[in-house]
Amino acid sequence: MNESESPLLTTPLDALHRRLGGKMVPFAGYAMPVQYSAGIMTEHLHTRAKASLFDVSHMGQVEIRGEGCARWLETLVPGEIQGLGVGKTRYTVFTNDQGGILDDLMVSKLAEDHLFVVINAACKAADFAHMQARLGGKVDLRLIGDRALVALQGPKAAEAMARVAPGALDMTFMTIREIDIAGIACLATRSGYTGEDGWEISVPAGRAEDLVQTLLALPDVMPAGLGARDSLRLEAGLCLYGSDIDAATTPVEANLSWIMNKRRRAEGGFPGADVIQKQLAEGPARLRIGIQPLGRAPARAHTEITDAAGNRLGEICSGGFGPSADRPIAMGYVPRAFAAIGTRLTLMVRGKPLDAEVAALPFVPHRYVKG
Amino acid sequence: MSDTRFTKDHEWISVAGDIGTIGISDHAQHALGDIVFVELPEIGRHLAQGAEAAVVESVKAASEVYSPASGEVIAINQAIADQPGLVNEGAEGAAWFFKIRLSDPAELAGLMDRATYDGYLKTLE
Repeated sequence: MNESESPLLTTPLDALHRRLGGKMVPFAGYAMPVQYSAGIMTEHLHTRAKASLFDVSHMGQVEIRGEGCARWLETLVPGEIQGLGVGKTRYTVFTNDQGGILDDLMVSKLAEDHLFVVINAACKAADFAHMQARLGGKVDLRLIGDRALVALQGPKAAEAMARVAPGALDMTFMTIREIDIAGIACLATRSGYTGEDGWEISVPAGRAEDLVQTLLALPDVMPAGLGARDSLRLEAGLCLYGSDIDAATTPVEANLSWIMNKRRRAEGGFPGADVIQKQLAEGPARLRIGIQPLGRAPARAHTEITDAAGNRLGEICSGGFGPSADRPIAMGYVPRAFAAIGTRLTLMVRGKPLDAEVAALPFVPHRYVKG
Repeated sequence: MSDTRFTKDHEWISVAGDIGTIGISDHAQHALGDIVFVELPEIGRHLAQGAEAAVVESVKAASEVYSPASGEVIAINQAIADQPGLVNEGAEGAAWFFKIRLSDPAELAGLMDRATYDGYLKTLE
């Protein structure tokens, strides 16, 4: 995909990013700020210490309405959606017939006949076509094009929200609520992609800049770009679609079996259920693991992983430097026999073998506000 | 003083006698952002002009540092390997990368002086 072939799309916050000194780069067909003038390191550390505001409007927002919409969505995902409580949010994936992951998504239940789904920017056209092909005529599907999505993340996010939307503090991790924030009607989930407490806020496009400027004016809130978002989510051990999970990787291999409850594992009824059920019973051939390089050199995506004798085991899917961990960190895939924490691995970085070991995920503890 | 020359890849070389001191430009460190890792060449290694000599990594990405001239590595700046962030503070001074004994000083004629490099940077904006 050559991103220079067509003009980049912009989010409703494009002008604000440029005024704030955002360094704009192409990402999934959108012009997005990879960082602001503070830089990735500062933005990352600020998010862990205070609170940051991210524009994630490139992501797809979808409404699914109609009787039985949870049951219908379950035909595409292995997660428990029927049993999801009203006002609750859940992480799940779309699978293909081979059990591979077509995308990962957040599903929220606004009412028994009303779901709100957030999907990845790069996948949203394909995801929506997939939903239309499989669910069209059974439920009403709408790809929301007139709303922005922003994420307020960090330990001071709650103090910031207390000033503009006190009711938001009654929410716990992975819940959703329609709520006025600074007088603007929003739809917010207490969730995020950093491992920190925070909210993702869907806001009408025309009010997005007002909302963001109000949030940025609060104490301790700074803008942060996609660069910090990536290093934060890697420290939190969270998957990036296209890097850590893809159509050739099942949720079991991705160490995401926890997204499937007992009923869905037993009943199946989603694409690739036979493959996934077999892997659940027998164990997958390979697994996503955390990797701790033992030196100071970062090992980037596609770095080869070998055993001590130099036999190829797999490769790194995401890797870099963790500013809060203050060391290089990575995730990768290895055969199940090499997946135990503490197992010695070798990483081939620029032709040189570097020592590493299998590490527990996340690299930085999650600090969600659970109920 | 202005014997410092620059490459299109944003390395600099400052020459005293037959010794060249090499680093990355202030523009380069700024473009890379916060530097978290530096890998330096082994002392005694012979580098051809344009050869990959060092690696500099930011949170986001790794970049190669190429030797602006041919020669044998005679010193490395261990301080920046120990504290990579120094490169962000003094790229064109204290945070030099390595020194070589030039084997072909005539190569330097093909590099840019400060004014030419500054003009080159303007074309990149």
